[in-house]
Amino acid sequence: MQDQQLAKGQETLFDAEEMVLNMGPQHPSTHGVLRVILKLDGETVVGLDCDIGFLHRGVEKIGEADTYAMITPYWDRLDYVAAVSNDLCYVEGVEKMLQVEVPKRAEYVRVILTELQRIASHLLWLGTHAMDIGAVTVLLYCFREREEILKIFEDFIGARLTAHAFRIGGLWWDTYPEFEPRVRDFLKILPGRIDEYETLLNANRIWLQRTVGIGILPAEEAINLSLTGPALRGSGVKYDVRKAQPYSAYADFNFEIPVGENGDTYDRYLVRMEEMKQSAIIIEQALDGLPEGPVMAKVPKIIKPPVGEVYHSIEGPKGELGVYMVSDGTGKPYRMRIRPPSYINLQSLKRMSIGHLVADVVALIGTLDIVLGEVDR
Amino acid sequence: MQAILTTLLFVAPDWVVSLTRERRPNAFWAEYVVWPLIQIVVVLFIVLTLVAYLVYLERKVSAFMQARLGPMRVGPWGLLQPLADGIKLLIKEDIIPIKADRAVFIVAPIISVVAALVVLAVIPWGATWATIANVNIGLLFILAVSSVGVLGLVLAGWGSNSKYSLLGALRSSAQMVSYEIGMGLSIIGALMFARTLSMSGIIDAQRLDGMWYLMFQPLGFLVYAISALGETNRAPFDLPEAESELVAGYHTEYSGFRWALFFMAEYSAMIVTSAVAVTVFLGGWMLPGVTGTSLFGLGPISNPTLHTFASIIVFAGKIMLLIYAYMWFRWTWPRYRYDQLMELGWKWMIPAGLANIVLTGIWYVLALPKSQGGVFGLMQEERGRLIPNRWAGIVYFIVTAFVVTIPIVWGLLVTINRRSRDFNLHDQRQLQMQLRRERLEKMLQEQPRPAETGVQ
Repeated sequence: MQDQQLAKGQETLFDAEEMVLNMGPQHPSTHGVLRVILKLDGETVVGLDCDIGFLHRGVEKIGEADTYAMITPYWDRLDYVAAVSNDLCYVEGVEKMLQVEVPKRAEYVRVILTELQRIASHLLWLGTHAMDIGAVTVLLYCFREREEILKIFEDFIGARLTAHAFRIGGLWWDTYPEFEPRVRDFLKILPGRIDEYETLLNANRIWLQRTVGIGILPAEEAINLSLTGPALRGSGVKYDVRKAQPYSAYADFNFEIPVGENGDTYDRYLVRMEEMKQSAIIIEQALDGLPEGPVMAKVPKIIKPPVGEVYHSIEGPKGELGVYMVSDGTGKPYRMRIRPPSYINLQSLKRMSIGHLVADVVALIGTLDIVLGEVDR
Repeated sequence: MQAILTTLLFVAPDWVVSLTRERRPNAFWAEYVVWPLIQIVVVLFIVLTLVAYLVYLERKVSAFMQARLGPMRVGPWGLLQPLADGIKLLIKEDIIPIKADRAVFIVAPIISVVAALVVLAVIPWGATWATIANVNIGLLFILAVSSVGVLGLVLAGWGSNSKYSLLGALRSSAQMVSYEIGMGLSIIGALMFARTLSMSGIIDAQRLDGMWYLMFQPLGFLVYAISALGETNRAPFDLPEAESELVAGYHTEYSGFRWALFFMAEYSAMIVTSAVAVTVFLGGWMLPGVTGTSLFGLGPISNPTLHTFASIIVFAGKIMLLIYAYMWFRWTWPRYRYDQLMELGWKWMIPAGLANIVLTGIWYVLALPKSQGGVFGLMQEERGRLIPNRWAGIVYFIVTAFVVTIPIVWGLLVTINRRSRDFNLHDQRQLQMQLRRERLEKMLQEQPRPAETGVQ
């Protein structure tokens, strides 16, 4: 009898009310302008809703109005902490339509830059994720290493954040003379620095308590939610576009795909840490085998792909980043559709959060590694 | 009247007495009006300056830990930064939210800062005249008054009329009340040895016993140090102001100097808890080899004023060491979650404190002189109180504390927490995974899928 009443939510000593807490869009740890509406019972989350679109710029619609070459810089601004990866996806998509053969050297340099970008993106993720959980020092350490990568970008591309690295058909410039030694220098310091983060976090009791068993997604559930990237691999699914459908020059390199076991926040953390090490291995192989030659294929000044459609996807730092384009034979795409990994991964937030506490929601937003530029497009 | 006051206050130095020689009766004015006022002004001035510079120090320490420089712009090495911060906070617009409860909103920071500053009166900053009031229940006074500070936080959270503030205040009140119990329990073991609650009495007892109570009470010190972190809302227990979740916790709606008052309260609470730890466990103003009359056996210190100044420096140095440890923890460790924090408080700190009291009591009774019913007879009476026999007694207490008490208490805590959620993380993970699977299967079977708690 009493149990039934308790189940109905009556017969409590005081009037118990569920509180609706509006987290964001201006909030320190929603990683941008994400608005999360939480329904709280005490501190336990019983309901969660994401309100997105505060950063909507209509990139897909802009794609229909601009020529193929003009669209590229807009892709830098999708996932603004991994601009180079975004460029690679779009540029390769257009090349697929044009059926252009990109020179080997350009492919290798693209791989080097993209993997550097993956390391930079994961460093930023690690820093903000750790800061959300309260370990502020890791953030500053991560920024120190990310700075090195950004300096390499700056000298090669001219920009640090929205690095417009690639052109349709290859690269605009060849690498500068110090490029190779500088990347090698960075690779030399990176393992030691990753050890530093792992010393701070891996065996840290508080870090373990905050991440182990939090936001568990079994493999089936992760697939049902169509997660990709480290969020999926943390659940133990060995799916990586670089291996599944090798693009660019990835078929030439040997590397492992790290996977987790339990699909909790800690496993996703381990997967990303291991991915950074694997990226370093890829870069080293690419530098060793960097061929000489031109960096730009013969591409017409005005790009008019043949009538048809294309879907191309790459393994971005956040997951499978895809582009679907329909060409009607003119200089502008008839339709451009982006598959943003952040947006799709974000859909699992509700599934993971319910039943956890407010503090875990912050950790879970962090573990998904979302970037609102990409979510809202 | 005068008798009570004499027991409360230390005798003023001669120069204060001579300062008030025009007044009659001379002694009363000198000792109960002029001298305490001088002490209060000096202590407040020094502590508040210290608070301002602790903020600077914290920024510098964190900067050096994080491979950056910290404040460098205002003055040489940014030394004038606290001043600039203070001026900025003073001339900021004073914002009180329209929906806030005005009176409560205004009163809350005042309660906080007053509670934090009043306890400075009984801290034994140095030997002889360096304490404002030598209350014979000094330690109890500190515990009692500093817990009033919780009220300030609760009122701030409630009066702000903001959800973040409310959550922060709920967290902080629960946290501070819980950790105060552990803190109170942890010092009882040391009090058994000291047999007094007077702050300078405790230091004196450590001198007579010939050993800092850290050695007799390592577990008590550990529990105290952790509870003190929780009590002062410092990382890794800084949940009430967890920036990543609650923006700024209970002081989200505060700005300008009201906010600075909360900050002041937090840092002076740090100083106070460190001072208590130094007094109870770390031998106060004593250093090994330094006594009131000699310096490492090199020669006698004949000047009592010099001795007092030296004692103040030693005391402050020990406090600064502890505060550095506070900062070190803050910039190294992640933050606990609310339920884990409560678990640590109730399932680890309080049982450990209680077990420590019981075990210390047993060791103490066993060591009593045989005439008083003890078994080992390792204590002797000296100047009206029991002290451990030289060496044999001291070694006995140290060995029992380190070799027997700590393993027993550890075993007890493991027994209590074996099945708790965070103790065995591996099993916990498997269990949750299984639960998740079952829920998923159930969800897939049920058709149509139940609408999951939509908020909007």
